[in-house]
Amino acid sequence: MFQNLGEILMLLGATLGSLPRAWQDRRKIAEQLFDIGNASLFMACTLSLFIGGVLALQTGPLLAERGLGSSLGGLVALGLCKELAPVMMAVLIAGRIGSAMAAELGSMRVYQEIDALRTLNINPIRYLVVPRVIAISIALPCLVIFANLVGWLGGALVAGLNDRIGVSWSSYFGNLRQVVEVSDIANGLIKSFVFAIVIGVVSCHQGLTTIGGPRGIGRSVTKAVVNSIVLILVLDYVLTRLLLPLDKGWRF
Amino acid sequence: MTSRPPNGIPVSIRSLRKSFGQQPVLKGLEFEIRSGEIFVLMGPSGSGKSVFLRHLIGLESPDSGEIRIGGELATSEGVGDRFRLAMVFQSGGLLNSLSVAENVGLMLSELRLKPPAEIDRIVADRLALVKLGPEVADKYPNELSGGMRKRVAIARALVADPQLILFDEPTSELDPLVALTIGREILNLNRRTGATTVVVTHDRDLAFGIADRIAFLLEGNIIALGSPAEIRAAQHPLIQEFLAADFQTPESAAMG
Ligand SMILES: Nc1ncnc2c1ncn2[C@@H]1O[C@H](COP(=O)(O)OP(=O)(O)OP(=O)(O)O)[C@@H](O)[C@H]1O
Ligand SMILES: [Mg+2]
Repeated sequence: MFQNLGEILMLLGATLGSLPRAWQDRRKIAEQLFDIGNASLFMACTLSLFIGGVLALQTGPLLAERGLGSSLGGLVALGLCKELAPVMMAVLIAGRIGSAMAAELGSMRVYQEIDALRTLNINPIRYLVVPRVIAISIALPCLVIFANLVGWLGGALVAGLNDRIGVSWSSYFGNLRQVVEVSDIANGLIKSFVFAIVIGVVSCHQGLTTIGGPRGIGRSVTKAVVNSIVLILVLDYVLTRLLLPLDKGWRF
Repeated sequence: MTSRPPNGIPVSIRSLRKSFGQQPVLKGLEFEIRSGEIFVLMGPSGSGKSVFLRHLIGLESPDSGEIRIGGELATSEGVGDRFRLAMVFQSGGLLNSLSVAENVGLMLSELRLKPPAEIDRIVADRLALVKLGPEVADKYPNELSGGMRKRVAIARALVADPQLILFDEPTSELDPLVALTIGREILNLNRRTGATTVVVTHDRDLAFGIADRIAFLLEGNIIALGSPAEIRAAQHPLIQEFLAADFQTPESAAMG
């Protein structure tokens, strides 16, 4: 599945190598950012509202039965900001944006647009890959912050409205503020930044190496999404382990 | 040939071999393309013409043998900086996400070679050269006909003031009149700029109309190379067949 991990790492290296000149491409990056926001903001909102809600729904009754309802806010919030928001937003972006990038670069490859760029002495990595990877790695952490807020709200709504839970708004957010630390949020943001680079580089690599006409584009899109998601979930474990020391961070 | 400006660069091809997997495509090509000439490469479909062109511009690298452009290896990094090379792809190769003007000016704007006002001027100039008016500048490639796309691709290639320009099937998919115009344009450009011009085609009229020399590629080998007159006189049965091929309906055959 990852025979081309070496190639992907090389593409990552070449992308990082072109970073110093990326400021010149700020207009292209802004365009990409706009596209990403446009394509994913509404979905991210819906998704995180329901994830927060279902977290509260799964854990709330258990805690309330044992008289621990007051710690629901912190539980939902931590689950969201350290784990579910980064992973779910990354999966969403892989499906929504990674696939589109693979399809776009794939069709450019198949219809010789990439070859044409090279004959014009334009480096396709700098022209196509760098702005996309930068845009996605700005967009995903922003989406995660947004998803945290919406998800916390979703949890609070369910906690307050479900009569088997019945945790008040103020108790929920009071506990949340007591439990959640800046380091917990940073933890999720660091993860999402890494996921974003994975999605960007894997999808662009898949697109650039597309062969075999329109069917090849379809194959590239599938591979880009599946490989990104697998890598995200594997790296999620690794990063969680690496970031454990961060847990003794500062409070709000 | 004497009337052309001396801008072109020569190309030399030495024992060029290339296979894809088990399939040998180029089997030891060996010839020179002279500075400033129009060199036409003919041959049946699948004989390796496009693969050969892609080697010239560095998009493929040979399995063995070498190509030298103005003395530099075609695969070396610097060749694109040292010489101005351009290629017009079989399908045009225009970027569909960019307008015609952006496509034509892409190299200048992306590599920051000229200020924007100057780029606009150059773009308009090159579009005019291929007989496209300012009204197409803001269109997108998918809003153009096949012939217009090809002309935009030529305009884009001309922006670099190339010393070596490659055309892959410049007249395929075009009606005979537009094909004629494109042929004339290639000829005019060559006379005006003196760029070494390599044209791949199976359009006999185009080949014999513009070529200084013609090479005939068959199954990865050059089976004939010479002036149009020499190719016409070539004894190789396949070339004779290729040049004589025509629709033969029973009626026309009967009429002789
Ligand atoms: N990237 C590639 N991978 C594998 N085989 C290839 C590749 N490119 C070309 N070929 C093979 O090389 C042979 C020559 O192809 P090429 O495109 O050069 O033909 P051509 O002479 O340009 O034909 P046409 O006139 O139809 O354009 C074909 O058999 C083709 O299948
Ligand atoms: Mg071809």
